[in-house]
Amino acid sequence: MFPAEFDYTAPATIDEAIRLLQQRDDAKILAGGHSLLPAMKLRLMTPAMLVDIGKIPELRGIEIDGSLRLGAMTTYRMVLDSQAACSRLPILVDSISKIGDKQVRNMGTVGGSLAHADPAADLTAVMLALDARLTARGPNGERTIAIDDFFVDMLMTALDPAELLTRIEIPLPQGRAGTAYAKFAHPASGYAVVGVAALLSLATDGTVQDCRIGVTGAGPKAQRARAAEDALRGQQPTADRLADAAQQAADGLDILGDIFASADYRANLVRVYTRRALEQAAARAG
Amino acid sequence: MTTTEAPTRLFGAAIKRREDPKLITGQGNYIEDINLPGMLHAAILRSPFAHARIKRIDTEKAKSHPGVVAVYTGKDMESLNPLPCAWQAGGVKNNVNTPRALAIDEVHFTGDGVAVVIAEDRYAAEDALALIEVDYEPLPVVVDAEEATRPGAPQLHENAPNNICMRWTCGKEQETDQALQQAEVVVRQRMINQRLIPTPMETRGYVARYDAGTDEYTIWMSSQAPHVHRLLLAAFVLGVPEHKVRCIAPNVGGGFGAKIFVYPEMAVVAFASRQLDRPVKWVETRRENYVATTHGRDHITDVELGATRDGKITSLRVTTYANLGAYLSTIAPGIPTTLYGRMITGVYKIPNAFVEVLGVYTNTAMVDAYRGAGRPEATYVIERIVDILADELGMDPAEIRRKNFIPPSDFPYDNGVGMLPYDSGNYEPALNRALELVNYEQFKRDQAEARQRGKLLGLGLCSYIEVCGVAPSKWIGLPGEGWGAGLWESANVRVHLTGKVVVTTGSLPHGQGHETTFAQIVADELGVPYDDIIVQHGDTLGTPFGYGTYGSRSAAVGGTAIFKSVQKIKEKARKLAAHLLEAAEEDIVYENGKCYVRGSPDKAKTIQELALEASVGYNLPPGMEPYLDDTTYYDPPNCTFPFGTHVAIVEVDPETGMVDLLRYVAVDDVGNVINPKIVDGQIHGGIVQGVGQALFEGAVYDENGQLVTGTLMDYALPKASELPSFELDRTVTPSPTNPMGVKGAGEAGTIAASPAVVNAVVDALSHMGVRHLDMPLKPERVWRAIHT
Repeated sequence: MFPAEFDYTAPATIDEAIRLLQQRDDAKILAGGHSLLPAMKLRLMTPAMLVDIGKIPELRGIEIDGSLRLGAMTTYRMVLDSQAACSRLPILVDSISKIGDKQVRNMGTVGGSLAHADPAADLTAVMLALDARLTARGPNGERTIAIDDFFVDMLMTALDPAELLTRIEIPLPQGRAGTAYAKFAHPASGYAVVGVAALLSLATDGTVQDCRIGVTGAGPKAQRARAAEDALRGQQPTADRLADAAQQAADGLDILGDIFASADYRANLVRVYTRRALEQAAARAG
Repeated sequence: MTTTEAPTRLFGAAIKRREDPKLITGQGNYIEDINLPGMLHAAILRSPFAHARIKRIDTEKAKSHPGVVAVYTGKDMESLNPLPCAWQAGGVKNNVNTPRALAIDEVHFTGDGVAVVIAEDRYAAEDALALIEVDYEPLPVVVDAEEATRPGAPQLHENAPNNICMRWTCGKEQETDQALQQAEVVVRQRMINQRLIPTPMETRGYVARYDAGTDEYTIWMSSQAPHVHRLLLAAFVLGVPEHKVRCIAPNVGGGFGAKIFVYPEMAVVAFASRQLDRPVKWVETRRENYVATTHGRDHITDVELGATRDGKITSLRVTTYANLGAYLSTIAPGIPTTLYGRMITGVYKIPNAFVEVLGVYTNTAMVDAYRGAGRPEATYVIERIVDILADELGMDPAEIRRKNFIPPSDFPYDNGVGMLPYDSGNYEPALNRALELVNYEQFKRDQAEARQRGKLLGLGLCSYIEVCGVAPSKWIGLPGEGWGAGLWESANVRVHLTGKVVVTTGSLPHGQGHETTFAQIVADELGVPYDDIIVQHGDTLGTPFGYGTYGSRSAAVGGTAIFKSVQKIKEKARKLAAHLLEAAEEDIVYENGKCYVRGSPDKAKTIQELALEASVGYNLPPGMEPYLDDTTYYDPPNCTFPFGTHVAIVEVDPETGMVDLLRYVAVDDVGNVINPKIVDGQIHGGIVQGVGQALFEGAVYDENGQLVTGTLMDYALPKASELPSFELDRTVTPSPTNPMGVKGAGEAGTIAASPAVVNAVVDALSHMGVRHLDMPLKPERVWRAIHT
């Protein structure tokens, strides 16, 4: 509850933030602060400097046309308030409305959650399902990272130390498509014991053209349930086919256990919640 | 003469708590709000090992850290005595292992205090903790109470071989064993009543100010019993006369039992304040609250219940390992003995019962009273095993309860295991009302139909009894149950010259609403407006001695002391009125705050007028002292025994094992009710904590003695979103123990809810052959029961 001493700075531009990160390898980026500050209060993290990127206007905001583009510092609340984003991607409501509480949603940011890469965060799985493209800027300029390449391990991403996640771009599903997120929340933390995000798009004949399933909470990082995705492509999304595919959702995943839920039980949850997410996504695809 | 309108009766009125506007608008005054000039801040270095020898402590670097004023270790505080164990049940007297202000030489649990930094601010104090060097020699660790008693287990204290602190029994062993042998049916079950963490919203905190000029200590404390803390700290720990210590409990943000006890940090701040001649504050972090404040429950129990084929219970044998933690907390020995063993037979007439309890030391945080304290554990054992018997016999759980209830004609009832006689009870109407509210017969049809569709519905009953207002002192005290003091309460009532009434009480509200209910009692009895009454508490300077608030005792004991003081005031007022009205005292009627000569109510003296006369004192009858002011020290003749039936209805998700609590019906009988809104609130909160134990909560230590549920991210407390709206009703069986007929309502919900919910979940799975599940009913545990 009493963090160690640290310096604080709030740059006005992205480039200034990058410069600070280059100068100080003991610095840490402060986004919404709802993961970092609790860890600092327990002295589990003791960064010598916080670079608060909350005062950089270009990092905040929502644009939507052919794709949805979120500034990395866009808060959960801002996303939920965007009628345009939520109506096109109801998965955002499924997931974000269950993150923390109101206070957390007012402060917590989309980019902060992704860059922190908590193994039980919700948006990691959602972005995997939505095939998001992330833009990062560092000393060597800007680059785009596919979401499939972004999560490296527990709390580790493809970002370089002096690199800042600046933008998340989500392609909007075309035609008959549905998205959904189903979560088994830990009764204490509210984090996902298992969370499953699903995107289904259907061909004109009603068969599954594409399917992406992101799983969080189950292992060291958010993962794709590729066996289940493969099982579903080309199938009619009937209840039986969805259930059959969901049976394979845990296949090939790296699944961990803890005192609340063993690896076996988590694998069961992955299958159950995959089916539930797929059913909801299929219903929304119409 | 002025007349005032007769006030409407407030006893029984559901008025809002007068405490709340202040508390919910941030105007309360908690320990963290106390800031004194020159105040220093303490931070405590706690052992990262559950069991280790301290080979060396080097505090030099910490002492030179900027802002640090002093660093002390256990050796520096050797002049302080170990904390006392005040409830010496089970013969623990010569075998007592209590904590010191800071550990010396050896630590016995993770979180044991090793050193304290005193600094100008808390940040500096926390920084300096990291600069203290301690060489530990780790020792073997044991955290499970049963394992700790096995040969070869790691030993905590030399004077407690096999870590056994006490062996305590009650009831008739031979008769019980014989009855079990002869019983037509015997059911057996091992049950774990898991360890819980009390988690009050306000953690513990203390501010000590030593005054060198007067050689006096003032200690602000988040406490349920400041008078007791003053007594124990002065006489037993600090070694100073009691009148040199003043304890003040300001607003207290919850306790649930954990703030009844004397803690090491109280002594630490008092010591440091005296050494440094400056006020010293320490407020516990939540993490410290989890590792270093007392925990509750933690029983391993084997139970055997014998019965006839038609469901009449004949015998009950219970063997319990009670985990007491690393040291004895203040009243720890009394919880698994008097408050558990002697309540084991519940609401049933059981001719032969025997309980054996082993109190065991382990390398874990101390275990002591937590809301319900012994009665939840007892109720869980009997209410679970009765359901198991019903299952064995194919009987309806409601029917088997009815068949074994103590009939109303048997009161006062001796339960045969050494509890005082149950004062009053009528158990069947509460059960019937609860079944009516849930529509029991309809539920059974719904359940059968739901099973056809693969849906798992279950209904659980709990018919509980508990013991409140524990007394009298001659029974509970040392010669009997081993409580090292009395359990009376006191109250002073003073009617000021202006007619305003000041009540001071030794009780200590920390959420119970005494300021409201006690004023309701006085308003009715004295016949003065409610707003003219103020209830003061919490400061040992200015309130009469009291044992504090716990065990649902404040209405029955503290409230009765107030009631009796008011009677004394009224007697004096009648005498004074007789003098002023020139009438004989026996002709004076006291009614609605007025005294008049029988038959002449229009020529009355109001209590306000009488208070004025008594205060100015010009015209008093011969021999009468001025002022309307009286004190009562009330020691009740018996305990009170509230009861009731709670019903939980659950649905279990067969795919995940997740339990959804669909309905919760509670029919309680807490005797006469002073304020229904407050009683309902107490029942609500109690149910939530009981449901918490059944479904969510559980403190877990790993094999190294690390608390792996050490934060609110791991330890699951129940949330409003997980609970249905509770459906409450009451029956009223007044207690004959006290003049107001009240019993106590603070713990009933906690006691009844855990067994009701577990019984419901087991019922939901009973057709799959599931007969028992241990708490907490985490989804995985339930899922495994379904799928194996």
